[in-house]
Amino acid sequence: MENIFNPLIGGVLIGISSTVLLGGIGRISGISGILASVISKPSKESFWKYNFLLGLLLGGIFSYKLHPELFNYDVSNNLVKVVVAGLLVGFGTRLGNGCTSGHGVCGLPRIAKRSIVATMTFIFVGILTVSIEGLIK
Amino acid sequence: MRGQLISLLSGFLFACGLAISGMINPDKVRGFLDLFGEWDYSLALVMLGAVSFNFITFRFLKRRKPVCTDSYFLPSSKDVDRDLVLGASLFGAGWGLVGICPGPAIVNLVTLNSSIIIFFIAMLVGMLAHKFYKK
Repeated sequence: MENIFNPLIGGVLIGISSTVLLGGIGRISGISGILASVISKPSKESFWKYNFLLGLLLGGIFSYKLHPELFNYDVSNNLVKVVVAGLLVGFGTRLGNGCTSGHGVCGLPRIAKRSIVATMTFIFVGILTVSIEGLIK
Repeated sequence: MRGQLISLLSGFLFACGLAISGMINPDKVRGFLDLFGEWDYSLALVMLGAVSFNFITFRFLKRRKPVCTDSYFLPSSKDVDRDLVLGASLFGAGWGLVGICPGPAIVNLVTLNSSIIIFFIAMLVGMLAHKFYKK
């Protein structure tokens, strides 16, 4: 039996986070879009994005200090794979206007057609990628 | 000022949620995507928790204004076009390859793991590449 308690609690926390942002400043917590502000010209309108990113890092430090075991994972050390994946995620999320947070966490509850299609697509291609890799090994 | 604090708090909560849920763990993400192998369904509950929570709260929010602004900034585009599907496909391929999406990439930076840092930089380069591609 998998631990289902942590994923559910974490999921609800993510829900609370996006509800706070939408109810507070009327913004969607789409992390790829927010991150893209870093590679754009600094502007006053983007200030909330810098603060959100700072919050992500502070929340990361907080979690890491409190429960370092959550960060106990293996990540590929195949340099080519890591670079290719990073490029695909960066380019793909901009072209598709969102990632797991914007399209998934915020778009699905809004029943936005674009987000439903995007989420189904990236999960489908993700499954395909892992499955093909499993066959090659 | 209050809006900035709200953003900071929202980011903080988001990171804690990603950490507790297991979304920051690339092994778990790839386990979730390994539908035809040893499928680890637990991360489906993260999406279920977040989406059902928002499904209720977003409906409630719709009837009132945001605390710090006069209106919501929601995506205006409604069309399912080639860019959307192609972009989501490229993202899905990258996500499947190493099991990291943008949020966890940022949160995981705190471990100073070299693969994560390289992934993060490559992701920014990918975003920059898109900027020039669109020009």
